[in-house]
Amino acid sequence: MKRTRLVFSGSGGQGVITAAIILAEAAVIYENMNAVQSQSYGAAARGGSTRSDIILSDSNIYFPEVTSPNILVCLTQEAYAKFSPIIRPGGLLITDSKFVQTFKKIDAKQIELPMYETVMGKIGKPIVFNICMLGALIGITDLLQFDSIMQVLKTKIPSYFIKMNEKALKTGIDLGSQQRQSL
Amino acid sequence: MNKNIKFVQGNEACVEGAIYAGIDFFAGYPITPSTEIAELLSRRLPQKGGKFVQMEDEIASVCAILGASLTGHKVMTATSGPGFSLKQEAIGYACMAEIPCVIVNVQRGGPSTGNPTHVGQGDINQARWGTHGDHSIIALTASNHQDVFEMTIEAFNLAETYRTPVILLFDEAVGHMREKLVIPEKNEIPIVNRLRTALKKGVDYHPYLPREDGRLPMSDFGGDHRYNVTGLLHDMWGFPSNDPKVVKGLLHHLNDKISNNIHRITRYKEHYLEDAEYILISYGSSARTAIHIAKNRRARNEKLGVLELQSLWPFPKEMVREKCRNAKAVLVVEMNMGQVLAQVKACIDRPETVFLANRIDGELITPSDVKSILRVIQGRGV
Repeated sequence: MKRTRLVFSGSGGQGVITAAIILAEAAVIYENMNAVQSQSYGAAARGGSTRSDIILSDSNIYFPEVTSPNILVCLTQEAYAKFSPIIRPGGLLITDSKFVQTFKKIDAKQIELPMYETVMGKIGKPIVFNICMLGALIGITDLLQFDSIMQVLKTKIPSYFIKMNEKALKTGIDLGSQQRQSL
Repeated sequence: MNKNIKFVQGNEACVEGAIYAGIDFFAGYPITPSTEIAELLSRRLPQKGGKFVQMEDEIASVCAILGASLTGHKVMTATSGPGFSLKQEAIGYACMAEIPCVIVNVQRGGPSTGNPTHVGQGDINQARWGTHGDHSIIALTASNHQDVFEMTIEAFNLAETYRTPVILLFDEAVGHMREKLVIPEKNEIPIVNRLRTALKKGVDYHPYLPREDGRLPMSDFGGDHRYNVTGLLHDMWGFPSNDPKVVKGLLHHLNDKISNNIHRITRYKEHYLEDAEYILISYGSSARTAIHIAKNRRARNEKLGVLELQSLWPFPKEMVREKCRNAKAVLVVEMNMGQVLAQVKACIDRPETVFLANRIDGELITPSDVKSILRVIQGRGV
C-alpha cells in the first residue's frame, strides 16, 4: 500500500492551502488516487501561520490529518521552527532559501531551493510562488504528472493567467529535478 | 476521467446531495463553518430555477423555508451552533405543523459563539431536545463525503415521508476537508417526492387527518384548498383545539409516526464488527478516527470493530443493544462530554462495560487519543 503524507506550511496569503488543494485534486481526478486535504485556520483573514495536510493513497483514507509527514514544505521561518520537528525520519524537507534559514540537522533529506527569488526573477509575480513550489515538489519526487496539475489549474484559474502559472510550474520542476540528481 | 468524480469539501457534498434530492428553495444566514453551503447554493439554485434568499438572520431563514415548504417546495437551511439555537422555536413549529424541511448544523465548538473555526460534536442533545415540548425528530450524520451526499438525500426523503423537520448534524472537520465524491447518475438513488392530496379544488380537505397508513397528504398552501396552519395544538382542519381527546391524539400521532418507524429510519454502518470483542461506537468525523484504528488492529488480528451511527435520532436503541451484545467492552468515540455515551449506556445490557473516548479542545480526536484509552480498558496500562 502506497501512502504519502504531506504538510504544506507557510503564512496566510502565500497560497499553501491553494497549492495543497490543487495537488490533491490532481491526484484524485487525473491520477485515480485517493486523497484527503484539510487545513487548520483561525479567524484571521491573512497573516499568521497556515498549514494544510494532504494524504495521498491508493486505498481508503480515514483519519484525515497528518501527524508526521513524509514530505514537509516550509515557506516561512515560523513554519519551519514549528513543524520541522514532526517530520517522519527519512522524510523530505523542502524550504525556500529566501524565507527560511535552516538551523539544525534533522533525520530527513533537506532541500533548500531559491523558489521565491527564481519566480521573482523569471516571472516577477509573487502570486505564482505556490505553483513554483508545487513544481519543485513534483520535480524532486515524481509524485504526480505535470499534465495532471495543469489540468486542474485550467479548471481553477482564468485563461489569461494559465501561461504564467505554467511557467511557474515548469520553473519549479527545473529547480526540483536538478536537486533530484544530487540526491 | 469520470465526469462524475469531484474533489470537494463536505459542505459541497451536502449541496450536491440537496440538488440531487430536488431542493428548490434555500434561505439562510452565513455562519462558519457552514457558509460554503449557502455560498454554493446561491450560485447553483438560480441555475436550476430554484430560489436562494439570504435572510436577515437565522430565525427568519428557518421561518422562510417553512413557508416555502408549505407551498410545495423542497427546502433546506444551513447553520452552525449559534444559529441552530436561534432556529429552535421554528423547529418546534415545524414539528407541530408537520412541515417537511431539512436543517443542516455543521457543528463547531460551543457553547455560545464558542470556537467558530474548530470542530465539535456538542449539539447532539440540542438536536433532540432543543425545542420545547414532547416532540419527535430525525437527525442524521455522516463521516465522509459520499455519505454526506447520501445522508442529505435521505434527509429530504425522510422529511417528505414523515412530514417532519430532519436535522443534518455534520461537523467542521467533515464540512471543511476535501476528498473524493462520486455523483451517481439520475435515478440511481430513489427520491421521495411530496405526497399530495388527490382531492379536487373545492372538495373539503382535512390537512391533519391521517390516512390509514398514518401519512398526511399535503395541499400546496395558497393553491386548491383553504386550510389553517398553527403552532397551537389543532384538530384535523388545522384549527386550534384544547379538547383533551384532540390534544392527546395529536401528541401521540406526532411522536408515534417517528417511534413506530425507528427500524425504517435507522441508518448505520458496520466496520469489522462481526466477531468484534471490542466495539467502538462513533459518528461524524470522529468515526474516521475509529475506523482508522479498527483497520490497523485487524491487520494485527485484534478483534476490534466499529459501529458507525448515521442516524442519531431517534436513537437506534434496539440495534445498538443487539450489535454490542457480545462485546467485552464498548468505547464511544465522540467530541463532546459524552452525549451519545449516555444513550449507549441507557440501552445496553451491561452499562458498566461502556466507556468514553472524547476530545473537547477543538482538535479532531486522534488515533492515539483513542488507543491510550483502549489500552486502559483492555487492562494493558497506559
